[in-house]
Amino acid sequence: MKRHLLSASDLSYEDAILILDTAEELAKLVDGPVKKLPTLRGRTIVNLFYEDSTRTRISFEAAAKRLSADVINFTAKGSSVSKGESLKDTALTLQAMGADAVIVRHSASGAAHQLAASGWIAGSVINAGDGTHEHPSQALLDAFTMRRHLRDSKGDLAGVRVTIVGDVLHSRVARSNVLLLATLGAEVTLVAPPTLMPFGVEQWPCDISYDLDRVLPRTEALMMLRVQGERMNNAFFPSMREYSRGYGLDDKRASALSPEAIVMHPGPMNRGLEISAGAADGLRSVIVEQVANGVSVRMAILYLLLGGASIEEVSL
Amino acid sequence: MSGYLLRGVSVLGEQKVDVLIDGGIISEVSKKPLAPTGVRTIDCDGLIAMPGLVDLHTHLREPGREDSETVESGSAAAALGGFVAIHAMANTNPVADTAGVVEQVYRLGREAGWCDVRPVGAVTVGLHGTQLAELAAMAHSAAHVRVFSDDGKCVADPILMRRALEYVKAFDGVIAQHAQEPRLTEDAQMNEGFVSSQLGLRGWPAVAEESIISRDVLLAEHVGSRLHVCHVSTAGSVEIVRWAKSRGVMVTAEVTPHHLLLTDELARSYDPRYKVNPPLRRDEDVQALRQGLADGTIDAVATDHAPHPLEDKECEWSSAAFGMIGLQSALSVVQTAMIETGLMTWSEVSDRMSTRPARIGSLRDHGRPIAVGEPAHVVLVDPRGKSVFTLEGNASKSRNSPFLGMELHGRIEATFLRGRATVLDGKLAG
Repeated sequence: MKRHLLSASDLSYEDAILILDTAEELAKLVDGPVKKLPTLRGRTIVNLFYEDSTRTRISFEAAAKRLSADVINFTAKGSSVSKGESLKDTALTLQAMGADAVIVRHSASGAAHQLAASGWIAGSVINAGDGTHEHPSQALLDAFTMRRHLRDSKGDLAGVRVTIVGDVLHSRVARSNVLLLATLGAEVTLVAPPTLMPFGVEQWPCDISYDLDRVLPRTEALMMLRVQGERMNNAFFPSMREYSRGYGLDDKRASALSPEAIVMHPGPMNRGLEISAGAADGLRSVIVEQVANGVSVRMAILYLLLGGASIEEVSL
Repeated sequence: MSGYLLRGVSVLGEQKVDVLIDGGIISEVSKKPLAPTGVRTIDCDGLIAMPGLVDLHTHLREPGREDSETVESGSAAAALGGFVAIHAMANTNPVADTAGVVEQVYRLGREAGWCDVRPVGAVTVGLHGTQLAELAAMAHSAAHVRVFSDDGKCVADPILMRRALEYVKAFDGVIAQHAQEPRLTEDAQMNEGFVSSQLGLRGWPAVAEESIISRDVLLAEHVGSRLHVCHVSTAGSVEIVRWAKSRGVMVTAEVTPHHLLLTDELARSYDPRYKVNPPLRRDEDVQALRQGLADGTIDAVATDHAPHPLEDKECEWSSAAFGMIGLQSALSVVQTAMIETGLMTWSEVSDRMSTRPARIGSLRDHGRPIAVGEPAHVVLVDPRGKSVFTLEGNASKSRNSPFLGMELHGRIEATFLRGRATVLDGKLAG
């Protein structure tokens, strides 16, 4: 496995399976009597967050703490970043503090790549979402969730029919999911109005549709993406209601899904826009479970990237 | 010793001759060995002589951003790149939109003495695109401005563009358009295509360039004016210019060296050295640009030398400045992209990098053949040499080159400006 996790395309098939399997093991361990493992004791992990994202930050923080690492939270707000410190100076500061891993969330696409390639920091860089580029740990937790429900927590996702609906153009979750799901053999269909599909999407390893209702009946995993209401100001769609009518998961559409299908959302949700309350809280919804799985998957990522003491050693 | 004897030089790749440079002109060209006295002899075995190069598109940053480039440092880099004349773009601070500013830049160029610095005048006041600048005042100033451009910004308003095209006819001026439809490129970061879709960087679509070029060639045809299109970057743009020329529209176009060699795949590194405007495009575009340059649809290679301080490139891609330096690497890149590929001869390179750009810029003294009685603007190139562009050899005050560390064909040995060596043995000749 590479030293950094910047893109879902950094993961080979073997890497991806290893992370998912490791996450399963770790989940079992922390579900047992030992809530905390000593594998990363003495290691320093920095959460470098240039963008508000409480859920991702606390998920990584919980993962690091369950592995006994020391966690430093560095948020743009209230730090020198808001006074205009460059990415470089921040990175050099973190390096001076001896960070073993930096988990970075940034509004600029490629910020994590730059940190990793610059030589400014020696530790591992984990991309926790960069602009409209990627969010690989989200894709891993999504795959983990799908595998639990649809493949009995084993192997890959060969043949699993996944539908991702919404603002693909601006979604780092969609980009990472398409790449990872292709690696794992799933059949992905992206559904969005044409204005919210990226130019060049035809070359992505997935199918494209503008018609949600046609795709729903054969969908096994349905992932609804967050849509920002402001998008209508740039003519991406005429109104929130029109968007919702065409691409929102309402109760009627939810009932068109097969009983075994699962409904996912990376959060935070706009209830009533891309997903109705009924669908979000319905029987098929695994949205809350995704959050819990996020911690297990991020534990696995940190554990594997930082090369902690072996799990067998720890569980003894 | 005032003169130079170029012993056994191949003019534009043709058979070897002796060329005598004296009194600022080419005083003799002979197939038989010459034996003048009191001149310095340069053994030109294996070297090619070309008319000194002319750049239509250089950003010198003075006045305003002397931390990234000055007229002195930029024109020194130009001399090292084989240039004897450069056009200094107007987007300085203050903007070169008055006779005062263009005269200042012109004078700084004369004082530096590395090459002829021809200021480009802004089309609109402050490059704001709302009111014509005093174009005639700049044309009639000591700087003799003939090329006008809001480069960096597009003259997007069609009525303003029409008026500008018409107005400069009075003094044989030309409008050099930075073709970029502003609404289609808001916050654009790189070529819009498969790579941008993967990288999550906002796309700069080819149509934003092509729609403006289409409009402008039709306007130029309608009013019978001369139009020059800056840094053409897409296959579609080449087709539009070809079509316009076939109709007799007075349009000329330039391409940058980097658009002849590099593609948007480089953006995958997120290294802002590859961030430039217009952006690096697809390989299909590179091939079409080479073809267009080779068949003469594209008239000129122009560097769009755009220096930026390190801190403006050592940051997130989306925050980084657009632009690359390119004066010193230009000829090597053209040799690599056009000569080594068999697409062009040295004579054609000379046409696109000296003759035609001089004509477009109305520089009567430049772009002249190497012949008796002509001004002695000459560059000597070793085409067999290979050079790696390094920071040590870089005369620009900035280092934002995409070619740093890249091995390219050809090496510039000497540059002569009016018979005076500005570069000898590949180094500045003070």
